[in-house]
Amino acid sequence: MNVRSKSMTREIVEAGLAKRRRKDRVFRTLGLLSTAVGLVFLITFFATLASQGASAFKQTHIILNIELSRELLAPDGPFDIDYADFDAVVRQALRRELGDVNGRRDRREMNRLLSIGAAYQVKDTIAKNPDLLGSTLKMLLPVSADVDMLLKGNIDRDLEQSQRPLSDRQIEWVDRLIEKDRLVSRFNSALFSNGDSREPELSGIRGALMGSVYMLLITILIAFPVGVATAIYLEEFAPRNFWADLVEVNINNLAAVPSIVFGLLGLAVFINWIGVPRSSSLVGGLVLALITLPVIIIASRAAIKAVPPSIREAATGLGASRMQVVAHHVLPLALPGMLTGAIIGMSRALGESAPLLMIGMVAFIVDVPAGFTDPATALPVQIYLWADSPERAFAERTAAAIIVLLGFLLLMNLAAVIMRRRVERQW
Amino acid sequence: MQLTTIILLLGSASAAAYYFGTQRSLRVVGGQHRLPQLHSLPAYHGYFVLIRTLLPALAVLLVWLLVEPKIIMALIVRHLPEAERSMSSGQLDLLLNNIQNLAIGDVVSGKVNGLLSENAARFVAYSTASRQLLAATCLGIAFLGGVFAWRKIRADFRARTKVERMLTVALMAASSVAILTTIGIVFSVLFEAIRFFREIPVSEFLFGLNWSPQTAMRVDQVGSSGSFGAVPLFAGTLLITVIAMLVAVPVGLMTAIYLAEFSSTRFREIAKPLLEILAGVPTVVYGFFAALTMAPAIRRAGEAVGLSVASESALAAGLVMGIMIIPVVSSLSDDAIKAVPRAMRDGALALGATRSETVLQIILPAALPGIVGGILLAVSRAIGETMIVVMAAGLAANLTANPFHAVTTVTVQIVTLLVGDQEFDSAKTLAAFALSLMLFVVTLGLNIVGLHVVRKYREQYE
Repeated sequence: MNVRSKSMTREIVEAGLAKRRRKDRVFRTLGLLSTAVGLVFLITFFATLASQGASAFKQTHIILNIELSRELLAPDGPFDIDYADFDAVVRQALRRELGDVNGRRDRREMNRLLSIGAAYQVKDTIAKNPDLLGSTLKMLLPVSADVDMLLKGNIDRDLEQSQRPLSDRQIEWVDRLIEKDRLVSRFNSALFSNGDSREPELSGIRGALMGSVYMLLITILIAFPVGVATAIYLEEFAPRNFWADLVEVNINNLAAVPSIVFGLLGLAVFINWIGVPRSSSLVGGLVLALITLPVIIIASRAAIKAVPPSIREAATGLGASRMQVVAHHVLPLALPGMLTGAIIGMSRALGESAPLLMIGMVAFIVDVPAGFTDPATALPVQIYLWADSPERAFAERTAAAIIVLLGFLLLMNLAAVIMRRRVERQW
Repeated sequence: MQLTTIILLLGSASAAAYYFGTQRSLRVVGGQHRLPQLHSLPAYHGYFVLIRTLLPALAVLLVWLLVEPKIIMALIVRHLPEAERSMSSGQLDLLLNNIQNLAIGDVVSGKVNGLLSENAARFVAYSTASRQLLAATCLGIAFLGGVFAWRKIRADFRARTKVERMLTVALMAASSVAILTTIGIVFSVLFEAIRFFREIPVSEFLFGLNWSPQTAMRVDQVGSSGSFGAVPLFAGTLLITVIAMLVAVPVGLMTAIYLAEFSSTRFREIAKPLLEILAGVPTVVYGFFAALTMAPAIRRAGEAVGLSVASESALAAGLVMGIMIIPVVSSLSDDAIKAVPRAMRDGALALGATRSETVLQIILPAALPGIVGGILLAVSRAIGETMIVVMAAGLAANLTANPFHAVTTVTVQIVTLLVGDQEFDSAKTLAAFALSLMLFVVTLGLNIVGLHVVRKYREQYE
């Protein structure tokens, strides 16, 4: 190559250099933008959820002077708590507060300001302390979801009367109550202590949460021992034969089967064939166990593989049998890694909802389940059910339930991360 | 006798078995100081006796509990008067249910009459007898098993070998659960699907253009003949999957490239875990977001430019699903990019290529098989995804390629057909199983090919 052609090459390269550098910058910017898309979505996502759900943690209550008069509660003489008309007591108190409630129409409209839970709350108070009968009590009672929504600014006052859930008269009353400082916003304890309800202001996630807890108990009790045993078998005992290959192929494929298909398995095998009660946390836990099994097996195998062979060789050299090597040395060293995998599997199971729809866990269940065979629902399914409800008040509750669910998931994943950091060991 | 009592009794029996086993092994050699004469440590003898005590009894317990309700019901039916026995199976089931509910103190539908209370008493009597018999049998078997095992203990008895062999068998049994699950899935879906295809020809299901699974309840009913052409569902699934992939593949791939090749270590260490959060968010949460935030936003945007957008558009579901899949694509692409040997990268840079030229001309072609495999796995995720589409895509089986229209998918229809009352003799319920069969086969195929490609490629550079 002579000097001339060398400098020509140089010229060609230099001529294209600016263009190439520009292309490089464009490409780099595109990459940064893509990363930003994910991050921006993440922020929008959580910001939306937080802004939608935060208000659900507060609930409007009304302060009323409840006169627990015998005339109203026990008109025929003896007081029977099951037949006493507590609604009348609460309504009378509100009527006295408002003053100008005349006629049946007015009264009906006024009644709708209160939650049906208000009367039950008075009843529970009396049930706990029957001596209160005849006295006057200052009580904090829940108002209806519509009033709550009005105070939270979710109902547009400027709309035509027929377009909004509260009439002009009702809004006027509410304003009067606000002026008198009768309406207060308190922590929404019903959200955490009640089961599901048709009334938004009385509905809570406790039933769903307990259902999830029962299910996860079953899941971990089945999936962890079986998963660890499978991992030990495959890593330490299985000869390289057809059976081991078959198990391996199956695990990889099960990890990728859509979860809804597991729900069909639960429906056909557990419910129709074996006869496990439908909608129970038992059948839900069984299905979730099968879904998390591959996750736990894969994590456990990785943990066992990370134990250096020198430890096995040393133990074998001292005369330990293969089972003793595994039980005394490999398993204790691999256990933290296995537990990390189990926590991650559990957090997957906690968020799973599609298979639960197949096995009847979408039913409307008011009671908090008290056992493994009681009809139950799960937290994500509760979210699905509430998201489907048309009431505006359920939308904020859905977001609140999501915040609780994400909180649990965050805790579980943090636990897994901390555990992994702590046990990460360089051999 | 309560079930918990039986289990507690068995528990204490096994504790006793362990104790007597270890004691006997020590006694046969004559005490602690002559332990070396024993083939296995005393604990192994204990475990041996324990397993022999507990295992057969537990097996009997399990079988008993599975069979017990059926036998009791059969006995009660045999004692029913002729009139009740000749009732239809549905009515008979209702009666038996009532008897059982009355017996255990649950809510009974209808009035409690003499027949009911008489049979409830019989039910209680049978149950009590059955449980007593069960307790006796279990404890007897446990005792016999324990005693036989206990008598076997000698100084040269290979208790450890026996125990370890039993444990190995248990481990192997555990590993068979994975296989049993697959078999369970295949059979539970296949059998019902075959029943469906007996009523509806396969060709109509696969190529029919009209999906309306409502079948007539009465013969003379108008308008709901039930047609099971699944093409609109496949098209809807495809449309949403394509939208999701159009979001996830470019964004996920570019993210992986940027984080692996361009970004600073600090940025990567923050951005990567944050993006992985997206993969951990439950799908029902994405569904909520798609239905209540994304869909109205798209609708408003569409109206602003004069487009008519359905409130449950394919676009909303597809976009959100795409975002959900970004981490899947980016982490699998990241693996593929990382697997490209350093030398290839350095060689390109040394020859004067810019970073982007290195990526586009050297790294991407080398990593392509791995990336394609990852994308196949992501497609299979998108097809099988349920909650987002159930909440954000509609039920209307429209055959359209317009992303602003409502479409429905295979998974949505499975959920719709199976939530609520199920009759396992109607084509409507069975159709869900035929759809699931399709879903299972397609996702399985994608996974097998995807995993194969990913793995084969990984081996190339190792």
